[in-house]
Amino acid sequence: MAAEIQTIPYRRVYVWELPVRIYHWLNALSIVVLIITGYLIGNPQAIFNANEAYQQYWFGWVRFLHFTFSYIILFNFVFRIYWGFVGNRYARWDRFVPHRWSQLRDLWETIKTDIIQTKVHGRSIIGHNMLAGVSYFVLFHIFLLQTITGFALYSSMSNSFFPRLFAWAVPLFGGDAWVRQWHHLFMWFFVVFTIVHVYLVFYHDYFEGKGTTSSIIGGWKFERDDDIKNR
Amino acid sequence: MEKNIPTIRQAMEAKGYSRRDFLLFCGLATAAAGLELSGLAQVVQAFETKARPPVVWLHFQECTCCSESFIRSTHPIVADIIFDTLSLDYTETLLAAAGAQAEKCRDDTIKNNQGKYILLVEGSIPLGNEGYCMIGGKSAEQILKEAAAGAAAVIAWGSCASTGCVQAASPNPTTATPIKKIINKPVINVPGCPPIAEVMTGIVTHILLFGKMPELDSQGRPKEFYSRRVHDTCYRRPYYDAGLFVEAWDDEAARKGYCLYKMGCKGPTTYNACSVTKWNGNLSYPIQSGHGCIGCSEAGFWDNGPFYQHLGAFPGFGIESTADTIGVTAAAVTAGGIALHALTSNLRKRKLIEKNKEESVVVAPISEETDKKEVVETEKGGDEDGKSSS
Repeated sequence: MAAEIQTIPYRRVYVWELPVRIYHWLNALSIVVLIITGYLIGNPQAIFNANEAYQQYWFGWVRFLHFTFSYIILFNFVFRIYWGFVGNRYARWDRFVPHRWSQLRDLWETIKTDIIQTKVHGRSIIGHNMLAGVSYFVLFHIFLLQTITGFALYSSMSNSFFPRLFAWAVPLFGGDAWVRQWHHLFMWFFVVFTIVHVYLVFYHDYFEGKGTTSSIIGGWKFERDDDIKNR
Repeated sequence: MEKNIPTIRQAMEAKGYSRRDFLLFCGLATAAAGLELSGLAQVVQAFETKARPPVVWLHFQECTCCSESFIRSTHPIVADIIFDTLSLDYTETLLAAAGAQAEKCRDDTIKNNQGKYILLVEGSIPLGNEGYCMIGGKSAEQILKEAAAGAAAVIAWGSCASTGCVQAASPNPTTATPIKKIINKPVINVPGCPPIAEVMTGIVTHILLFGKMPELDSQGRPKEFYSRRVHDTCYRRPYYDAGLFVEAWDDEAARKGYCLYKMGCKGPTTYNACSVTKWNGNLSYPIQSGHGCIGCSEAGFWDNGPFYQHLGAFPGFGIESTADTIGVTAAAVTAGGIALHALTSNLRKRKLIEKNKEESVVVAPISEETDKKEVVETEKGGDEDGKSSS
């Protein structure tokens, strides 16, 4: 029996630094809170209808949460952009922006391995694969649109200078009604993104066994020695 | 020419108004322009010294509801601005002259008062075919351009002239176009279908008083009347913050006067003074009468979805499709795709799964005999408690 034992050496790789992890979870929390509160703002439920108006302010609080987390998610993201220039190689901006031919090759490789699965064994990639990177890059742009439409809607009811920086978007979209429409539609992008994102974490964890899920908690991934050498 | 134009006070006295009437008018004008009472002296001074400006009021593709609204201004004396105080030299609807005389009247006013007259425009311009709206052999576009060239100020009355209104609603068969897109002059947009009478008189008063345009927002609307949403000044707003909404017409909540947000009230996306100024002599406004705002002063409000639905329809996805319809469909398709992907992955990569399981090891419990030896043994297919350490 002992002869059959095959030793497979793994190494731990510190992939997600603490600021990246904090960013990720703050972002996740913000997205969940914003989706729930945003959906309620768009479609308020008759939950406390037995009470009189003077007894409650729940819808006001829902809106307050939405506005608060809109600032949190925005400045969290601004920090992430900064970290994209000072963080480790897995956090760097160029991981998200395809600008080299080798990245397009990686992208195609990931599509072949994980999506259309013409290839069973893919090359091991530490950090985001290129398809994930591109997806996040698209997400950032939707996030930008969501920020612009959200603060544009907020600008008319805020005394702060900050939302007013986005007031120009209202005539561009053809009035508040359309800004609200698009803001609502973009929300669904985040819902779909979250579903796919969580599924793919499970997928990679199951097929690759590198600790994908736990890596965003502890920061460590586990790579085979062979994979590290063959890179 | 200038000597012939009387001041506003002279014009009023000529009509038989006393000085007391004149001062009352000044007081109302001060309020209409949104000034403090301390500004009254300046108003009186302005109306005593300033020449009465001639006015040309043009009608194109519209329903005359703006004129109807204007003449129902709360105070008859304020409405008199247009009929007595201003010199309404040309307006198709109220003109005594007809035919060539009327045309001459307009042309003379424009020619004799270059740079002095106020141009008020009601209605949109059909650019699709100049025959759609032709008066006296001239197209609407031509008349507008001629009249606008020498105007001291141009005001677009109502949603037709400001944004195109119902004529410009999809598919816009006449290519109805708001006037600001046709003339190269700053235009004061006064949207609304119709605009509130007090807002209209307020804007005219502002121009008379200060001799310049009021401060405009990014869409060319006077900030003093269009800077706040109907929603923010609505008396039902506390119900919104408390989360108390009308769920169906004539339900208990409707009788209690709860917020009409879920019934499609467009107050939250509409900029107007309705909930402050109100209508018909400060009597009421749509929401107070139990009906949601339809957003008639917003650009393209006819195309902003059903009036009785909170979330508008999205073009290209069918009449009933909202952002939620699209979103739920996308999420369902995604979930289906994921299920399919998970299934095919397990089939397609079953050899990989087998191989991974073969690599798995089972760590035997540490006992006294074995704690110094290698304790691992392979177990094919076993994956419980498998630590993938070497």
